[in-house]
Amino acid sequence: MFDISPTEWTAILLSLRVAIIATLVATPFGIALAWLLARRNFWGKSILDAAVHLPLVLPPVVTGYLLLLTFGRRGLVGAWLADYLGIVFAFRWTGAALACGVMSFPLLVRPIRLSIEAIDRRLEQAAGTLGAAPWQVFATVTLPLALPGVLAGMVLGFAKAIGEFGATITFVSNIPGETQTISSAIYSLIQTPDGDAAAGRLVIISIVIAMGALIASEWFARRATQRLHGN
Amino acid sequence: MLRVDVEKQLGEFQLSASFASEGRVTGLFGASGAGKTSLINMIAGLLRPDRGIITIDGETLDNTSAGVHVPPHLRRIGYVFQDARLFPHLDVRQNLDYGRRMTRLSDDPAQRSRVTDLLDIGGLLDRRPGKLSGGERQRVALGRALLSKPRLLLLDEPLGSLDEGRKVEILPYLVRLRDEGIPMVYVSHDAAELRQLATQIVMLRQGRVTALGGVKVLTTGSSA
Repeated sequence: MFDISPTEWTAILLSLRVAIIATLVATPFGIALAWLLARRNFWGKSILDAAVHLPLVLPPVVTGYLLLLTFGRRGLVGAWLADYLGIVFAFRWTGAALACGVMSFPLLVRPIRLSIEAIDRRLEQAAGTLGAAPWQVFATVTLPLALPGVLAGMVLGFAKAIGEFGATITFVSNIPGETQTISSAIYSLIQTPDGDAAAGRLVIISIVIAMGALIASEWFARRATQRLHGN
Repeated sequence: MLRVDVEKQLGEFQLSASFASEGRVTGLFGASGAGKTSLINMIAGLLRPDRGIITIDGETLDNTSAGVHVPPHLRRIGYVFQDARLFPHLDVRQNLDYGRRMTRLSDDPAQRSRVTDLLDIGGLLDRRPGKLSGGERQRVALGRALLSKPRLLLLDEPLGSLDEGRKVEILPYLVRLRDEGIPMVYVSHDAAELRQLATQIVMLRQGRVTALGGVKVLTTGSSA
């Protein structure tokens, strides 16, 4: 049963790579956006807020198709990126990472935003009176105090990214070794006559990864909370 | 020399205060709701006046008609809040060092040990704020503000959140601080406290300055 084939290994490693890259690249954007939504009032804020949550409610196939239209080789942004920066998303693992990043973004942003909103702003004022410029206040007070939320967001985002299927397969298809993640590998296997055993192995591995991520997030959250409460 | 002449509308409340202070310790005296905290928040730059001027030693910090508003972090005005506001994720040593790090002042071990001795906080350096008593927290907050080398120190009811026993514990430190010679604005609704500390009194009632002068003004109609 636990004789994992090279194709399966490839899918597992690709899934991990896609989810890790998607999470790491999305996090700085997530923090910036969470801060903006938590701390600033501007015209169109509610529209931006809704747009961030859109991937959560849209059918994944719609998000994938929109990504294809935008970031595909003939897409508005995709063509420009390919011509000027040499970055291609279509049918590449980078496209899978983009799809996973977009799909997991709402889950990444929400805990960060909540933890920034929970920070006592009077601590930030105190930092200002001690000579800290606004960016220093952010780096030395806001961000460290929001850390539990940032970690929680990253873990949730990672978990969502590793399980993503609909948008990824729509945008970058299901190419073994390039865009075939665990989810799309399982999808292929359960459609082949004797793929059950292999599918079963990948199912178990997904469960192990998901459990590991949840336990890790619990542990990080506890440590971070202890740190903040001065123990 | 601190010069304040400001107006600010806060909801229904109208604050309109004008005073100049040469004194080493200016006591800002008044009942709660008289506008004391709003007034020192304006001096600190945390609150922007609707109209008026704030200058310190001839340097303009606020001048609404000229559009001048120096942000808090560039004012070099220390602030000790009633609730201490120590950074919970930093230990006492890091809290004390915070202002120096942010303003990139060079390390000054002599001043640091002088301040820690003055406030008797040398034994607390490795602790987190969560493990300090109210009085200890307030002493660390004083030290933190002092070590940022401010030209003026604002104290907003620094004893306000402490019970009687703790007040007696902190008061001598405040007297020592006064004798250090750094100019202070000390906010309190407690006339006895100000009699011990202040060299000059600004009395505030319902957003207006009703009396100015020496500590003597506290005895005449000081029913705050």
